[in-house]
Amino acid sequence: MSDILVQATRLSKTFTLHLQAGTQLDVLRDTSLTVRAGSCVALAGPSGTGKSTLLRSLYGNYLVDEGEILIRHNGRMIDLTTAAPAEIIEIRRATLGYVSQFLRAIPRVTALDVVATALTDRGADLAAARKTAAAMLERLGIGPSLHGLPPATFSGGEQQRVNLARAFVCDWPIMLVDEPTASLDNANRDIVIELMREAKARGSALIGIFHDVFVREAIADEVLALVPVSNTRAAGDATRKTEELA
Amino acid sequence: MNLLEARNLNKQFGRITALDDVSIGLRRHEILAIVGESGSGKTTLLNTLAGNVAPDSGDVYYDRGQGLAPISALGELGLRRLQRAQWGFIQQDPRRALRMNVTAGGNIGERLMAGGGRHYGNIREVAARWLEAVEIDPSRIDDYPRHFSGGMMQRLQIAATLVTEPELVFMDEPTGGLDVSVQARILDLIRSLVRRLGLAVVLVTHDIGVARLLADRLVVMRRGQIVESGLTDQVLDDPHHEYTQLLVSSVLPA
Repeated sequence: MSDILVQATRLSKTFTLHLQAGTQLDVLRDTSLTVRAGSCVALAGPSGTGKSTLLRSLYGNYLVDEGEILIRHNGRMIDLTTAAPAEIIEIRRATLGYVSQFLRAIPRVTALDVVATALTDRGADLAAARKTAAAMLERLGIGPSLHGLPPATFSGGEQQRVNLARAFVCDWPIMLVDEPTASLDNANRDIVIELMREAKARGSALIGIFHDVFVREAIADEVLALVPVSNTRAAGDATRKTEELA
Repeated sequence: MNLLEARNLNKQFGRITALDDVSIGLRRHEILAIVGESGSGKTTLLNTLAGNVAPDSGDVYYDRGQGLAPISALGELGLRRLQRAQWGFIQQDPRRALRMNVTAGGNIGERLMAGGGRHYGNIREVAARWLEAVEIDPSRIDDYPRHFSGGMMQRLQIAATLVTEPELVFMDEPTGGLDVSVQARILDLIRSLVRRLGLAVVLVTHDIGVARLLADRLVVMRRGQIVESGLTDQVLDDPHHEYTQLLVSSVLPA
């Protein structure tokens, strides 16, 4: 059991859109997931089935309404759904990495430091961090001439690779990856597959959304197929629905 | 373990309720943003936390190393001492915090001397170092802030506030009146200095982008009440309260 790094049980999530007359969207219903060290689970299913919602919930970015999300952090299983904000920040700093599709550029921070900060945040010395960061950027095809520039001016693909470099430069015990190869050419896609394989070989648990079947088959050990929960409900329908179910 | 805590604060201005049973906690090294529209009570909350406004009921507690104690029990002098030695306050308008007829170096040095610094040479040296830290050419140490641009004045205020090495800094719309290009520089400066110095910060802003960039945690205020709070990215990406949803959806995408 001790090799379980993520155990999510019976997650449910409904969005209430107050600005649209209280419309409710049921996105997750009784979703469970277990991920062990050194393995990768791919979230699959048509769009709208809650793949991103699940991934974001596992990061504490979305709040689930029901269920628990146990994350192994420093040898203990901690429930993310009840953890205090400071605890979640610490879990994200040390244990839980998240690769989104888009880089949130910070004004004036160079590409090199965007990546190096991921290491210094975890206690690395700045000079050593910059060296490691430079090597990772180069591996993803971001040459030295770009290292000293803030990525805000980079192309979408370059920004994505900076983002990937920032994520893969650290040895995250658990990595959540959202379409890591979305706008990459085949050569860079293969490098990202390599990086994910290396992470698994180090014992990391990966949970990802991969629309590219080639990538999914190359990296996933298991596929969790999500299905549409049902529906969109107008305000007022909620109670009736619950009664029908009861 | 909280560094600062507010318990059940209430404040009424005539018939307007500025604070309606507000409780809040802040940990060491934590950055908390208070967002909300004008009139939501966010500035009153900041001023109450900072000891500048007395609440009608409830109290603010601070841990000076011996556990949380109410700041109302410090007396006026004790509160001043706390504000000068351990706290800092960055105003939206630097003209309200700086002395326009005192040089840049003097504005920084004054704070040091108020904190007990006596050696003139050292003070000048520290002031020059702080000018550099906020990206003002140290050769301008003897210039008057009235000759500075708005962004430079704001950076000078930041230097004059941080020179005493406070552990807690209150910020009221620190990029409020500035051009967008100047804002980015100030934000980046605040972000890196706060990290480097390990400060705890309470930041009031109506700009959600500023909150996202700087804050660990966020509270949303409306009509004197806290309507939602949590991790910054969680509240902004998965807002639950109707008002927070309105606030988040009202932002123009960059």
